[in-house]
Amino acid sequence: MADPMRIRAQAAGGNATVRVLMSHEMETGQRKDSSGKTIPAWHITEVTASHNGKPVMTAEWGPAVAKNPFLQFTVKGAKAGDKIAITWKDNKGDTRTDEAVVS
Amino acid sequence: MQTRRETLKQSGAVAGLLATTALIPQSALAAFNAKAFEAKSVADAVKAFGGGALVESKDVTLTGPDIAENGAVVPIGVSTTLAGVKHLLILVEKNPSALVAKFDVSDAVEPNFLTRAKMGQSSDVYAVAITADGKTLYAKKEIKVTLGGCGG
Repeated sequence: MADPMRIRAQAAGGNATVRVLMSHEMETGQRKDSSGKTIPAWHITEVTASHNGKPVMTAEWGPAVAKNPFLQFTVKGAKAGDKIAITWKDNKGDTRTDEAVVS
Repeated sequence: MQTRRETLKQSGAVAGLLATTALIPQSALAAFNAKAFEAKSVADAVKAFGGGALVESKDVTLTGPDIAENGAVVPIGVSTTLAGVKHLLILVEKNPSALVAKFDVSDAVEPNFLTRAKMGQSSDVYAVAITADGKTLYAKKEIKVTLGGCGG
C-alpha cells in the first residue's frame, strides 16, 4: 500500500484551494534498468476529488506526470470545516483515498 | 421437436452472448483513455477526447517556467476564463507521448489546475481546452529543459 497523500485545503474568498502531494513512483515505461531491460510503466491513471462526498473533479494522468505528483485546484463554494477527499488509482490497480478538512 | 444437438448449440450461443455482455461493463469501467495517452502528437491526443481543429486563444492560459533546470519536475499550470469547458489538457509536444494530463472541469471547480510534469527535452508545451460545444482552444509556450526527465 502506498504512503498517504498530503492534502492541504484552505478556504479563501468563498472557494477553497486544495493542494495535494501524492506519493507514487510514476515510472514512465521508457527507462531501462542496469541490465538493459525496460522498466514497465507504473503510474497513476485516475484522480478524483470529492467535496463533502460529492464528486467535483476527475483527472486522467499519463506517465509524464512527475514522480510524487503535485496537484492544485480550487473548489468553488467550499468553506472551513468541509471535507475534501482525494482518490487515485494506478495502472496496477492499486488505489488510495485520503481526506482533509478545509481550514 | 428439438434434438439434443440443437439444444446444446443454442445454449452455447446464449452463453456466448452472456459472456460478451458481461464484458461490456468491464471495458466501460476501465475509463482510462489509453489511446489518448499513447498518441504521439498533440493533434492525435486531442482528437481522442473529441476535440477538433486547434485554434489559438487568449482565453486559455498556460503557466510554466521559461527554462526548467530539471526536466523531471516542471511545474505547469492550465487555466481558462471560458465558460462551458469540459476538459483541460496539458501536452508536451516532444515527449514520447504528448499527453501529460487531462482534467475534467465541472461546475464545482475552477478551471484552473496546477501540476508537475516530466519533459524529455526542450519543447513546446500546450494547454488545450475542449468546450462542451466541441471547440478546441489552446495556448502554447516553449519551455527549455537543461536536464531531461525521461532519461535512462
